[in-house]
Amino acid sequence: MSATHLPQANLPLAGKLRDPDFSSRIFWLTFALLLLWPLGVATEFRPWVLWEPENRKVSRDFLAIFWPLVYDAEFMRMVVRETWRTVAMATAGVTLALMLAIPMCLMATRVLSLSALSGRMDRWPAVLRWCVRATLIVLRSIPELVWALVFVRVVGLGPTAGVLAIALTYGGMLGKVYAEILESGESHATHTLMRNGSGRLQAFVYALLPSHAAELASYTVYRWECAIRSSVVLGFVGAGGLGQQLDNSMKMFNGGEVATLLLIFILLVALADSVSAWLRRALS
Amino acid sequence: MKPKTSAKPLSKSFYLEAANPPYKLPPPLFDARCRACWFSVGLLLLVLASFVSLDLDWAAFASLEAGRSMYRFMAEFFPPDLSPKFLNKVVLAAWETLAMSALGTIMAAALGLALAVPASRMSQQDAAWLRSPTRWLLNALRAIPELVWAALLLISAGLGPMAGTLALALHTSGVLGRLFAEAMENIPTGPGDALRTQGVGPLRVFAYATLPQVLPQLMSYTLYRWENNIRAAAVLGVVGAGGLGQMLSFNMGLFLMNKTATILGAMLLMVACVDALSFSLRRWLNR
Repeated sequence: MSATHLPQANLPLAGKLRDPDFSSRIFWLTFALLLLWPLGVATEFRPWVLWEPENRKVSRDFLAIFWPLVYDAEFMRMVVRETWRTVAMATAGVTLALMLAIPMCLMATRVLSLSALSGRMDRWPAVLRWCVRATLIVLRSIPELVWALVFVRVVGLGPTAGVLAIALTYGGMLGKVYAEILESGESHATHTLMRNGSGRLQAFVYALLPSHAAELASYTVYRWECAIRSSVVLGFVGAGGLGQQLDNSMKMFNGGEVATLLLIFILLVALADSVSAWLRRALS
Repeated sequence: MKPKTSAKPLSKSFYLEAANPPYKLPPPLFDARCRACWFSVGLLLLVLASFVSLDLDWAAFASLEAGRSMYRFMAEFFPPDLSPKFLNKVVLAAWETLAMSALGTIMAAALGLALAVPASRMSQQDAAWLRSPTRWLLNALRAIPELVWAALLLISAGLGPMAGTLALALHTSGVLGRLFAEAMENIPTGPGDALRTQGVGPLRVFAYATLPQVLPQLMSYTLYRWENNIRAAAVLGVVGAGGLGQMLSFNMGLFLMNKTATILGAMLLMVACVDALSFSLRRWLNR
């Protein structure tokens, strides 16, 4: 190799630019596309169906009637009533969920165990704690929509089914997360109280609760916001509220009503979002 | 605390010498200047108004009759239909659900990334004209739940898993797009600035400076949403968008309770498996 080549080699960007990783990138991209193929087959994913003339016509017709929005007085009164119902379902559901979650999280929290103060927890408390945990996990892993489907069968159409569905699912979620929050923090004050002979409820109220109250409250507010979102969905299986009206309007191909309801729903979610963000900021 | 017998105004020394001087007493329960008190009152009113206005049918639920009908309903679930032919169908539907969630999440990641670029301010000089309109679009995509998207898409995509996949993709792209945009705005600007001062164009700055820095975070967000989407895909079919949910609502509508029980069991099993897998994976990663 002669010395004359060196300056040329040092010139930046002189030769053609080359990606050193080019072939491997191409290989992995092709590999990923090949892996995607069975997924597409399983989901009958044929996007060109959307462009078939008759489907295009149906979609165009449906979208065309989105405008003008429907906002006559009677419809708006109904919308306001149903919006309140949605919020009320979420609030009532979360309240019932709290009644379920608080006792269960007290039973499930390890920090409040007297026998665990000195070594291992006794056998029966440990069994009880394990059972409560399992119940919470089962409650929370059944989606609220399935609970709602079941309760609509038992108590009939209407908000009762929705409230019960939210109460059970959210009770499980809140209970599990409360127990985790209570166990995550500093337990020194609680243990000191219990070692000195205070009851477990006293230790909870005077030591454990004050140090975790902000976190617990902010999680509850967040879940309330989620409950508003899911109470709309519950309407689709007949639990009342905005979702049910949306379902009705969609089935009657009334595009203007659908558009109004969707807008109201987006506004409601944005409102709940900002209220919950404001509350959580105020709490921390 | 005021003694009842005193007619004349109390001297100052009373407050200083009393066993429990006023400044050591617990504060009054309600104080017009206390924001938390007003807030608690408002919260209580909201809860009361919710319960009162909802005409909840407690009688139908708490009565003996309802208990009996609940019991009958539950008893109909047994025994679950475990014939091989039906189990085969359930397994297929479960695979369809998984595929829907995976494909929907991948498309959402691609769409979310495409929307996150205009929705984030890449550098100080970036005017980012499209930032707020794109963020509004992302918020709208995110605000409408998957199920509502699916019901809307059924009209143009027809019954079946494709509508569900597209619905998952649209909702999740709103969620992921917002998270991706936040991630891109929060990275150190050094590498990008170094390339930009050399006159490298925005596309290559994105490909060689921004993307490599945020990629791990994007991957973890996408995996987290996939986990959520598996759960969502299981129930999405209730409006007719494919997967286990469609089978569930079909069989429940025909009152085939034995088959419904099997499908519910499959759903629970799937959700439990995903939960356990993600829990152990997270533990393994954080070790």
